[in-house]
Amino acid sequence: MSNDIAESIGSTQLLAMYQRMVLARRFEETVNDLYMQGRIPSTLHLAIGQEASAVGVLSGLKAGDTVFSTHRPHAHAIAHGVSPDAMMAELMAKATGTCKGKGGSMHIGDFRLGFVPAIAIVGGNIPIAAGAALAAKLKGSDAVTVCFFGDGAANEGAWHEGLNLAAIWDLPVVFVCENNQYAASTPFREAFRIPAIADRAAAYGMPGVTVDGNDVLAVYAAAGAAIARARRGAGPTLLELLTYRLCGHSRSDPRTYRTREEEAEWQQRDPIPAFAANLVSHRFATEEQLAEIDAEVETILVQAIAYAEQSPGPALADVVYGLYA
Amino acid sequence: MPELSIAEALREALREELHRDPRVFLLGEDIGVPGGFGGAFTVTLGLAEEFGRDRVRDTPISEAGIAGVAIGAAICGMRPVADVQYSDFLFNMMDQLVNQAAKLRYMSGGTLTVPMVMRAPVGATARGAQHAQSPEAFFTHVPGLKVVAPATAYDAKGLLKAAIRDDNPVLVFEHKLLYGSKGARSEKGAVSPRGEVPADDYIVPIGQGIVRRPGTDVTIVASLLMLYRALQAAEELAADGIDVEVIDPRTLVPLDTALILRSVQKTGRLVIVEEDNLTNGWGAEVAALMADDAFVWLDAPIKRVAAPDTPPPFAPILEQAYVPSVTRIVDTVRSIL
Ligand SMILES: Cc1ncc(C[n+]2csc(CCOP(=O)(O)OP(=O)(O)O)c2C)c(N)n1
Ligand SMILES: [Mg+2]
Repeated sequence: MSNDIAESIGSTQLLAMYQRMVLARRFEETVNDLYMQGRIPSTLHLAIGQEASAVGVLSGLKAGDTVFSTHRPHAHAIAHGVSPDAMMAELMAKATGTCKGKGGSMHIGDFRLGFVPAIAIVGGNIPIAAGAALAAKLKGSDAVTVCFFGDGAANEGAWHEGLNLAAIWDLPVVFVCENNQYAASTPFREAFRIPAIADRAAAYGMPGVTVDGNDVLAVYAAAGAAIARARRGAGPTLLELLTYRLCGHSRSDPRTYRTREEEAEWQQRDPIPAFAANLVSHRFATEEQLAEIDAEVETILVQAIAYAEQSPGPALADVVYGLYA
Repeated sequence: MPELSIAEALREALREELHRDPRVFLLGEDIGVPGGFGGAFTVTLGLAEEFGRDRVRDTPISEAGIAGVAIGAAICGMRPVADVQYSDFLFNMMDQLVNQAAKLRYMSGGTLTVPMVMRAPVGATARGAQHAQSPEAFFTHVPGLKVVAPATAYDAKGLLKAAIRDDNPVLVFEHKLLYGSKGARSEKGAVSPRGEVPADDYIVPIGQGIVRRPGTDVTIVASLLMLYRALQAAEELAADGIDVEVIDPRTLVPLDTALILRSVQKTGRLVIVEEDNLTNGWGAEVAALMADDAFVWLDAPIKRVAAPDTPPPFAPILEQAYVPSVTRIVDTVRSIL
């Protein structure tokens, strides 16, 4: 862990980042259990193992900034501060959910916080994020847009169009690739002839940076630089975060397209224990403080489940409302 | 009152809205490049000089990008008006229009709005299969979009302004043979209607059709170029004492079904004319609605006149056979009398 970065962040925010990472992890483990028990319908794409990228990037934003996410949005939403109560309610298809039960897992979001309801068409969010950044630029605001996507999205046509438009117009947007080595079952090496997705930045004339996506402070530093660049009007950045999902792609994924050895290797690089150990060894936190946060997270989740379960489902008549403004 | 072409009326609408509302901006291919065309059909000519190239923003050839940028800017408080060179290229943006623009509000539980406009020229004009389609019907099938099709200069200005002020994604379909584009961008066989257009601010509300020609014997519903063919057919039939009522729906979503219903109640006969392929066109929806609502008033089967179910052909004589003609409309009307 880079001590300089940690020093600059300070204990209070470091603990807040730790809390968000643990909350994201435990939220997803919890919803997975609820899903297995049949208390959550649909399917879930979990980001277990990718919390450092979500928290590292989003801890550097300001109010007024805009975030775009993907079919795998829970960790992003938690990291951005979307209410776990409303998220849980959305997953349980309740009227009190972030999208009033009209969105579900793949469209979690809270636009009041600048978190656009997640876009689950792979690559579809990229040009829209460029448009959000263009709005900020035309309005003369210094708001920044962050757009997450997976390695798979970088092979979509919309991705190329969106990056090019952002580059030619110097838009204040950071494109964050969570390269978790797989697009569903397809390994990175089968879908790319280049060693790093960040290499593609050169094709559009923007900086491309590849970072260890499981090191939350490295992510924070690299994202911070990209966000600062966007905010001062210097244009977009393509930030590639190398990470791994320590879970299946979605429900009932037997993960037979990858080896248990590979999984075990990445398990060693689980971002949360690593961050916890570093916080303690560098005296930014005590074991007791972290345990307190862990306990607090459990309370938040118990409360979220209770809130969601007590919430009413959407009124049936509501199916035809909310289409047109 | 000044007489304008449709291209001029659209330009006036854009100019006034750019003046009125700082959130409005235009984007598209070749719309503002100095020395350029002002869009494929001259509609944006001069606007970049007047409003600057930030607000009249040229894009590379990136249709998905154009649509996506419009959506992103719209949800973040702007009012983008995107220019699509040919409506055929809307298919390059289908994900953005159908999965994103039309659905973001609904799937977010109504927490955001997507106030954007896509302007797209339709119509077969001897350019072959990929620059000739009239794809309005595709978009009438997508809940969350609005679809308008102005056929006169007055409506072009008023409907475009209404579309820009609407809080939803609106597709504005314009017809290549109706623009009245001049010079190098003029079109062979153009109808180019000119009409009186008030110089001041007005809108034509989205969702209101209009009776273009009152009549008592048969109702014809037709939009854009087909409206003019229907009006011509009505003239020919009038010579034989057949009194045709011609309705211009002006908006396809939401459709003014009440206006069509009132007309069919009066005439008992309905013909729908579309330039698009026959199967599952918006005309089929009008026919279904009237079969449902106007059943007891109908004295004859509802008829549709449309292009055959093939791509638009290139050869001008084939194209003429493809696009519904005045003669086909006349014959169809006679067949149900
Ligand atoms: C346009 C589109 N194609 C296919 C899918 C189905 N799909 C959902 S997630 C996924 C894999 C995406 O991989 P990646 O972009 O690497 O993101 P990750 O799932 O690894 O987070 C696929 C193929 C989709 N949602 N959208
Ligand atoms: Mg992936």
